[in-house]
Amino acid sequence: MRNRAWLGMMALLMVAVAAWAGCGQRDEAGEGPGAQQERLSGSITAVGSTAMQPLIEEAANRFMEKHPDVQITVQGGGSGTGLSQVSQGACDIGNSDILAEEKKGIDAAQLVDHKVIIQAFAVVANPGVGVESLTKQQIKDIFTGKITNWKEVGGSDQRIFLVNRAKGSGTRATFKKAVMDGAEESKGDVEQDSSGTVRKIVSETAGAVSYLGIAYLDDTVRVIKIDGAAPTEENISSGKYPFWSYGHMYTKGEPRPVVKAFIDFVLSDEIQETIVKEMNYFPVAGTQVEQQP
Amino acid sequence: MQWLNRNLRRELKGYALTFTCALVAIALTASIIFFLGWKGLSVFSHDISLTNLLSAEWWPDRPKEFGGPQVGILTFVCGSVLTSVLAALVSTPFGITVAVFMSEISPKLGQRVLQPVIELLAGIPSVVYGYIGLSVLVPFIRENMGGTGFSLLAGVLVLSIMILPTIASVSTDALRALPGSLKEAAFALGATRWQAVRMVLLPTARAGILMGIVLGLARAFGEALAVQMVIGNKREIPHSILDPLITLTSGITMDMGNTVQGSLWNDTLWFMALILLVISFLFILLIRMFGRKGIVR
Repeated sequence: MRNRAWLGMMALLMVAVAAWAGCGQRDEAGEGPGAQQERLSGSITAVGSTAMQPLIEEAANRFMEKHPDVQITVQGGGSGTGLSQVSQGACDIGNSDILAEEKKGIDAAQLVDHKVIIQAFAVVANPGVGVESLTKQQIKDIFTGKITNWKEVGGSDQRIFLVNRAKGSGTRATFKKAVMDGAEESKGDVEQDSSGTVRKIVSETAGAVSYLGIAYLDDTVRVIKIDGAAPTEENISSGKYPFWSYGHMYTKGEPRPVVKAFIDFVLSDEIQETIVKEMNYFPVAGTQVEQQP
Repeated sequence: MQWLNRNLRRELKGYALTFTCALVAIALTASIIFFLGWKGLSVFSHDISLTNLLSAEWWPDRPKEFGGPQVGILTFVCGSVLTSVLAALVSTPFGITVAVFMSEISPKLGQRVLQPVIELLAGIPSVVYGYIGLSVLVPFIRENMGGTGFSLLAGVLVLSIMILPTIASVSTDALRALPGSLKEAAFALGATRWQAVRMVLLPTARAGILMGIVLGLARAFGEALAVQMVIGNKREIPHSILDPLITLTSGITMDMGNTVQGSLWNDTLWFMALILLVISFLFILLIRMFGRKGIVR
């Protein structure tokens, strides 16, 4: 009995040490010139945006199936974490919903931007508000607190219940830039971080309005058109619909060959035409509009 | 090794094992405190005035032209203190009543039914409390009491249920630890059961019960998830019990992943975490103070 416990203790220690060693391990195999031509190998760490995480994870799984010697780890943590980790060299790829130039404290000059997807967002409201479409100016007035009742924009007589997104989140940063033109929102009624919770609140609270990534849309909330345009691929690429952003994969300097191969794979039709669309993103290739930094 | 007998060897092995584990635990705690202190105090490396840091204005991304960035943490501290203290106030009477029931009134039923229920209550993950609060409590408050439903009241109610097991079980232990002679003496003097409980047992177990309350308070203070889901996270000090508010923990969890390390915003969040740690230490100091007094005075 005593010996077994002792053994168990030792085994636990050894596992811990091994796990620790494994974390610090950097595969050198991919570095040598010419070595990667025949067979890709090495390990890649991608950290950042939780919105992009499911997509990158799925792409990573498919990539690893093709290249069994490559090990890709995808982690969340948020866009800010992704950007700071990649600029510190702590990971290979920093996934971000926002441009590195827009984040304070990030030296964007040393980062290389790879735009891999288009994420569309939608202003959503409780189905009872009686409004289908708003102008950008109306949305601005609602979120800055100038308009406080739906009847002022042609809807039912209901107080507007403002659901803000977490101050630092990529979704909110995109909203502030693309729809609010940089204007500061009022404190609103509530502030929530998770998209699922926001949808629940909007669907259950009379007069509620907020915004969501289109992957989170369903029948319980009403999508409000912006200047008459719905969040479709067509409207985005023609420049009619403003509320969208690129999903970025940042690398510090030019990527290592194996990292580059992975990013190219994410950009290939194999990913762009399948899982990108399945997960309600739009492929980057079709878009001509350049987003203002 | 032959001159060491078997028992001594065994003793040494055990000694080494416990000593190593204790050392690891101490090193971990020390490094966490050091890390948090270092990160938290680095907020002062930014050009930021103390009045700004201690104000109630939170606009960390406001441009300089408009007087920003403002990183006042007062709103968060007020929110945390309000929710946890009120939760402890709501929960304490229930906790003590449950403890009295389990130890004095009906130990048999208490042990067989109430104790498992209380233990179960302690085992429910906080996200479940939060989700129930969001789905049931928030709409209930909105429809019956007005306001948005996301409120101090919702946070306090969810928290008070969450800390009830802590207060109840620690108080029960305190009451059970009392010598039986106390109760017998009270009865011998002609006290009814109610009089014995109220005038002899509860006052004697006061230190232990207070310890339970402080432990519950500490748990309420550190709880993030369930509270975050029901309090609305509006960055404003509430004026009524139906107003939304924000706490230190929910402020940190909402923003931490989205800010860049080393930026003022991020460092302020670390500073908030440091404040959280300092307040928890105060709670632990309080607990130790009660502990020194002894369970039985």
